[in-house]
Amino acid sequence: MADFETPKLQEYPIIPHLKRGVMEHSSPFVAKPDHQASVGFPGELVDNWEAKAVEKLGDIARNNKAFKVFLDSCVKCGACTDKCHYYLGTTDPKNMPVARQDLLRKVYRRYYTFSGKYFPWLVGAEDMTQEVLDDWYSYFHQCSQCRRCSVFCPYGIDTAEISMAAREIMDTVGKGQKYCNEIIGKLHKIGNNLGLPEPALADTLEGLEEDVKDETGVDVRYPLDVKGADVLVITPSADFFAEPHIDGLIGYGKVFHQAGISWTLSSYASEAANFSMFIGSPDNLRKVAMRIRDAALDLGVKRIVVGECGHAWRVAYSFWNTLIGPFDFLDKNYPVPQHIIEVTHGLMQRGALKIDKSANDDRRITFHDSCNVARASRMGNFPGGQFVLPREVIKGVANHYFDMAPETIHENTFCCGGGGGLLTDDLMELRVKGAMPRMQALKRVVEENDVNFLAAICAICKSQFTKTLPYYDFPMDMIGSVHQLVSDAIVLGAKD
Amino acid sequence: MSAVTVIYALMFYAATVMLVAGLAYKIAVYARTPQPLKIPTTPAPTTKAGVAWRMTKEVTVFASLFKSSKWTWLFGWMFHAALLLVLLRHLRYFTEPVWTWVALLQPFGKYAAFAMLAGLLGLWARRIVVDRVRYISSPSDHLMLLLLVMIGASGAAMKFIDSAHTDIVSLKAFILGLMRFDWQPLPTDPVLMIHLGLVIVLMIIFPISKLLHVPGVFFSPTRVMVDNPREKRYVRGWTASAQPASGESAK
Ligand code: HEM
Ligand code: HEM
Ligand code: SF4
Ligand code: SF4
Ligand code: SF4
Repeated sequence: MADFETPKLQEYPIIPHLKRGVMEHSSPFVAKPDHQASVGFPGELVDNWEAKAVEKLGDIARNNKAFKVFLDSCVKCGACTDKCHYYLGTTDPKNMPVARQDLLRKVYRRYYTFSGKYFPWLVGAEDMTQEVLDDWYSYFHQCSQCRRCSVFCPYGIDTAEISMAAREIMDTVGKGQKYCNEIIGKLHKIGNNLGLPEPALADTLEGLEEDVKDETGVDVRYPLDVKGADVLVITPSADFFAEPHIDGLIGYGKVFHQAGISWTLSSYASEAANFSMFIGSPDNLRKVAMRIRDAALDLGVKRIVVGECGHAWRVAYSFWNTLIGPFDFLDKNYPVPQHIIEVTHGLMQRGALKIDKSANDDRRITFHDSCNVARASRMGNFPGGQFVLPREVIKGVANHYFDMAPETIHENTFCCGGGGGLLTDDLMELRVKGAMPRMQALKRVVEENDVNFLAAICAICKSQFTKTLPYYDFPMDMIGSVHQLVSDAIVLGAKD
Repeated sequence: MSAVTVIYALMFYAATVMLVAGLAYKIAVYARTPQPLKIPTTPAPTTKAGVAWRMTKEVTVFASLFKSSKWTWLFGWMFHAALLLVLLRHLRYFTEPVWTWVALLQPFGKYAAFAMLAGLLGLWARRIVVDRVRYISSPSDHLMLLLLVMIGASGAAMKFIDSAHTDIVSLKAFILGLMRFDWQPLPTDPVLMIHLGLVIVLMIIFPISKLLHVPGVFFSPTRVMVDNPREKRYVRGWTASAQPASGESAK
């Protein structure tokens, strides 16, 4: 399939010995000048970039507490070293979270700490050089910003924060990543990552209505830009056309239909994902999010609901109120924003949906906790609701459910391997290797419980698994949406 | 007044100023630096009381470390708990009369010294033997352990080896003298000289080394932030500037 070896899945997880430099060659395509321009960064490496990078680093340290505290506090205890799926899958030591941080920390120490200024050899401080930049570009694009390391660090040091900052510094001096920056540029221009304009979107949704009508005989609507609807649904654009995502979108529509809730999508804000988080760019982060506030005001909705997407939910849940709040123009009886799982869960609890669980009887299901939902957000009104609600929804619509091993789910979940702006073909080797720990846990439940369906609530996870499952000899259509399960079990028109 | 007394007295004053001023400066920087977004590592407490409990567990039993690595936890916790006991016991040199609870701690000194050394040596062994931890170690990481081992060993020597004993009564007079700006002679036993010299080094490097994990742990946003972004609007730093006005589209 490709010029690298897919890791072998062992009987039991082992911590590999390190092999230096084995992933040094892995780095994504560099953004072209017009991609850079579209997100407000210089087109190519600027003059005197070393000094500018160092200056930007200091600037972030002065304006971001997490960054500053994390750079100072690490004691090199090593607790995080075996926690990253990219280290476990590649064995490259620079993929150990603390080693990844050190790529940046050594520059911070050199220019901004006493010991690094006067005794660089003692604390491993280094000048900002071309080699350092190359290492940054390579290894800060081998971090999916999944926060698993942060769970296990005694000080909660989150390498994702360091990666975001490093990418921002690189963008600032003119070295951006093509995949992310091109996508953010498209979003600014058209409103979604895929660059689907309004007519194409309208067409797709119309087609969807016909498909559902053919299949069920019921007129389920997939409305676009309907002023005065109660609910604005913001979902990843992959839901509009990609497999298996679209079956999830079909499910959302059926839920609203059954509950009798009027809803709409927006062509102006037709994307839940906010890739600006991956590149740590405040301006882009706010600009992308602002579309959603504008759309909600424009359409005059009362609630905002977010579809199945990991990173999107982090930005929505944790950042929207900060970035584009206050939401005092929305209905205060509902959380803002609300996750589609919370909506469906609430309706199921109230018995507002008629469900035929046997529709999913051919499926033996396990659930992949998407890392950004698991470790960077919440659902419901209690800590850990993000683990409970999706499982209750699945168990409410299906009879056969099995969890993967406890050290690989909930807050310990392994990333799919494609998050954080790495879901691009030029990083295929990294993606396949990074998926290894998740595949290993999956293999256990496949062997022990005959699991044949991997449910997820993240657009990136779904795309990533579709590509990587076959490398590990699993069928690629094993992956699906939670709302695909809901969709298949919901009994339309039979409300009593 | 011997030259040694004067030198040590001056070094203690200098080191104390550097330790206190350095830490105060760092704490002020941490406190002042804004955290623009909500980033608690979830599941996180939804109330301040919950966060206080989470932090209590982190600081007293190293809860996250326990989850991630049992060996590091065992050695690390043993070292820190023993260190705490040792430092509390040392309060007897700084107080007159000695506080009752400090006096009550005195019999545990033996165990503390050895537990501290065992913990440190365990951590050091891990740093050398485990290839991952060896890879991330700089010379300073080894030297920090060396420094603490030597402080512990010299202290233990004074306590347990007859020929290394020092005159505790004069030492206490020296220290109380320092605190009252009324200098008294310092006993010049070599082991004590070493012990105190290294303690001075430790005090000086504290605010400019990884020992900043001590204030750092209380400022780490992923641990100390409350998980309530939907319930309570949070803005700081750049997120506090240029907010959209309510009800107004910024299109
Ligand atoms: C609030 C108080 C403190 C807390 C919560 C704390 C916590 C920790 C934790 C969780 C670790 C990592 C695990 C380990 O290696 O033990 C650590 C490492 C360390 N701590 Fe502390 N600590 C505290 C105070 C101190 C003090 C006062 C000192 C020294 C005088 C110190 C010296 C060290 C050293 C040297 C290490 C690194 C050990 C190694 O090389 O593996 N700590 N600390
Ligand atoms: C001004 C600061 C200090 C002074 C004057 C001092 C003095 C002493 C003396 C006189 C002893 C011998 C006790 C005896 O014979 O019964 C001792 C023991 C010891 N010291 Fe210190 N010390 C200081 C700071 C420290 C620090 C910061 C550490 C640890 C990092 C430390 C670790 C120890 C240990 C482990 C022992 C042996 C166990 C014990 O007696 O508790 N000392 N110290
Ligand atoms: S955030 Fe995730 S991908 Fe990045 S270093 Fe930590 S564990 Fe690895
Ligand atoms: S667990 Fe935290 S303190 Fe320990 S090495 Fe990793 S980042 Fe540093
Ligand atoms: S794609 Fe899914 S699992 Fe992977 S980083 Fe994102 S939320 Fe996490």
